[in-house]
Amino acid sequence: MANNSHHETPNLDQLEAGPWPSFVTGLKRLRDTKGAQYAPMMNDLLGQLEHSYQKKMGFWKGGTVSVFGYGGGIIPRFSEVAKDYPASKEFHTLRIMPPPGNHYTTDLLRNMCDIWEEHGSGLIAFHGQSGDIMFQGCTTENTQKAFDALNKIGFDLGGAGPALRTAMSCVGHARCEMSCYDEQKAHREIINEFLDEMHRPALPYKFKFKFSGCPNDCVNAIHRADFAVIGTWRDDMKVDQVEVKKYVKEVGRKYVIDSVIAMCPTRALSLNDDDTLEVDNKSCVRCMHCLNVMNKALSPGDDKGASILMGGKRSLKVGDLMGTVIKPFIKLDTDEDYEELVEFAGECIDFFADNALEHERIGETIDRVGLPSFLEAIEVDPDPNMVNHPRTSSYVRTDDFTDEADKYFERKAREAGLTVAAE
Amino acid sequence: MSEAAATPREPDEVGVPNPFDYMHPVLKDNFGNWDWHDRPRPGVLHHVSKDGTEVWTVRAGTQRQMDVYTIRTLCDIGDKFAEGHVRFTTRANIEYMVSKEEMVDPLIEALTAEGFPIGGTGNSISMVSHTQGWLHCDIPGTDASGVVKGLMDMVHDDFIKEEMPNRVRITTSCCQINCGGQGDIAINVQYTKPPKINHDLVSATCERPSVVARCPVAAIRPAMVNGKPSLEVDEKKCICCGACYPPCPPMQINGEESTKLAIWVGGKHSNARTKPTFHKLVVANLPNNAPHWPEVNEIVKKILVCYKENARDWERMGEWIERIGWPRFFEMTELAFTHHHLDTWTGARNTMNMSTHIHF
Ligand code: HEM
Ligand code: SF4
Ligand code: SF4
Ligand code: SF4
Ligand code: SF4
Repeated sequence: MANNSHHETPNLDQLEAGPWPSFVTGLKRLRDTKGAQYAPMMNDLLGQLEHSYQKKMGFWKGGTVSVFGYGGGIIPRFSEVAKDYPASKEFHTLRIMPPPGNHYTTDLLRNMCDIWEEHGSGLIAFHGQSGDIMFQGCTTENTQKAFDALNKIGFDLGGAGPALRTAMSCVGHARCEMSCYDEQKAHREIINEFLDEMHRPALPYKFKFKFSGCPNDCVNAIHRADFAVIGTWRDDMKVDQVEVKKYVKEVGRKYVIDSVIAMCPTRALSLNDDDTLEVDNKSCVRCMHCLNVMNKALSPGDDKGASILMGGKRSLKVGDLMGTVIKPFIKLDTDEDYEELVEFAGECIDFFADNALEHERIGETIDRVGLPSFLEAIEVDPDPNMVNHPRTSSYVRTDDFTDEADKYFERKAREAGLTVAAE
Repeated sequence: MSEAAATPREPDEVGVPNPFDYMHPVLKDNFGNWDWHDRPRPGVLHHVSKDGTEVWTVRAGTQRQMDVYTIRTLCDIGDKFAEGHVRFTTRANIEYMVSKEEMVDPLIEALTAEGFPIGGTGNSISMVSHTQGWLHCDIPGTDASGVVKGLMDMVHDDFIKEEMPNRVRITTSCCQINCGGQGDIAINVQYTKPPKINHDLVSATCERPSVVARCPVAAIRPAMVNGKPSLEVDEKKCICCGACYPPCPPMQINGEESTKLAIWVGGKHSNARTKPTFHKLVVANLPNNAPHWPEVNEIVKKILVCYKENARDWERMGEWIERIGWPRFFEMTELAFTHHHLDTWTGARNTMNMSTHIHF
């Protein structure tokens, strides 16, 4: 019987050399822990993984495993080669939502390790591409116990299947001067409002939120979220001219011109003869390049908030989609601002639930019905910031163009009026 | 058995936890009040808040899929050399925050002694964003953590230094669903053969209408095979995308002949300078030679060397190629341009050169 002796792992052994930390060494440590309940499981897991390396095939299949009260959040895995590797025949993953920004105390991590040693495999991924902590390797029987223990220390299952998915936010406000809104507040208020959609999957397909504090978009929201909230600002960027001059002196004029001024996508920058910086804020599109390079001299303005882009996704089935602008700017300052964001998120989820076809992401739904219909349904007015340029195809019926134009001018007048009144 | 023991526990639907319970106190006190930062050396960030408070962050690479011993080692280092708080980046690097500059060097020493590389900041090659592969996915064509370990060994020097023109973000995906996302370089499974169907199992395992609906090119149709209801693939139409395999495992897409790797370049998510872009195909049909994928790594290395030597400061991979042009890119990297590089999918025309802007 293979059970008491180690499986040979000639392919995996090769992944132990080299300077990068090796997950294989980690798996072997678990296998070799004397008396651990997970040691036999990890021996067989290593055996199955080596078998995959030899056959160049995967040997897991899905199934249905859940915890009491919830419909999703567990990724079930049953081995197709359990005959040869019986101890890892069930190797499920618990997707657990981390605190936004992925902050941990060492005590919390140790707690999680203890729970996972008792009920699981001892293998944890920080974090999956989905944004979850992935507790990988649990039997069907222990899944409930592991969840109960994690739940008791204040952690909850994330999303899987056709449901609201676990969100991600950048470090943002906690340690980044570029951050234009409180990412973790938006993240928690939205997800915690719609937990039912996460834990009891009933949407046409997955729906993901991601929160980046500025257009550097460190959590890849624009392409990897159905609903991306990306921080930005409306007023002028802040320029500390003393720091600008220092920077020019430090790196030289040519470098500043070649690497900052000339790289501005909208030609909004100009270096004055006295080495101060001129910014055409009406042309600037808040791309972040000059702020990134001249970090000490330049910073976002004061009138901060976020842009909302929707519809990002990967290939299946129409091809990759980037998110596109749905709300060019929302103010994110007061509690009411955040409440409005949550309400808007809810409207979008409702639209998705009511209108998407099975297995269709919202980007595909929007393409299918057309952006104008989507905007009408969620009661958002068209805005030139939503497009690269106006339509180029004449195939459109325009008999109510004049009415629509009147509405536009009315809206503009109201906006201008409100500004005047507020002053 | 008592009734209490038989009654399952109701979940406490706590949702997303409160990060302030775990956040480093200096980050908590200066939340939303940071002013600027610099990098005293690769792998170290130094942030200063508007009231002058400082915090140093040391970033180290991990294997992402960690055993409890590795995690506890990281915790021991955090308790002994930092202040008991850590965080993880989107790309599975661990970060330690400390409130005093003199804590930085001992922390770096301790991490280095345990084999965790310090880096991944600024213009470096950070950790490869990757997926599950043979370790845990039910549909993978290759492994994820293994290929990534090999890649990170190869680019280790550029992880611990900041000598690239701009940051380099590499991703891998072990099937064409591509959980890995866009990247300056993306290494993705690219199938080359239509699925091989086990007709005996189809009717029992697959919900046939939804499998038919899944195919992007409508190549699947219901059929009777050997007197059993099954599915049939029009192999002339099939683009070998593998989308039918997850909902219908008897339509096996993987195999030595089918599961190949492709390399894509020039994707980015950031809005800095140019708008975010998708990555573009460079090479396909590379062998899935586990555990080290030498053919893939050789080409990745070549592309990285060309980029490093030729791109201007702050040009991401895609921006560099846009400046020098694709002809020069293929020439420099000594890779072939074929009719497979001409897009044929919806919107293909928008990828063509609609001008006389020609690179000579
Ligand atoms: C049986 C089918 C599928 C399984 C088992 C599966 C499994 C997974 C897993 C385990 C991850 C997390 C990877 C990681 O954390 O390392 C993931 C992420 C992802 N999956 Fe899937 N997936 C499936 C189908 C799909 C489909 C059909 C799509 C697209 C249409 C898709 C798109 C993605 C994307 C884009 C991510 C990355 C998510 C993010 O960045 O937030 N997956 N999937
Ligand atoms: S997305 Fe912007 S605010 Fe968030 S961490 Fe990145 S640079 Fe900072
Ligand atoms: S943020 Fe970008 S667009 Fe705005 S001025 Fe700077 S480089 Fe130009
Ligand atoms: S890329 Fe494909 S094979 Fe890899 S983890 Fe994602 S779904 Fe699974
Ligand atoms: S591999 Fe893709 S194109 Fe071919 S039959 Fe399956 S779903 Fe259709």
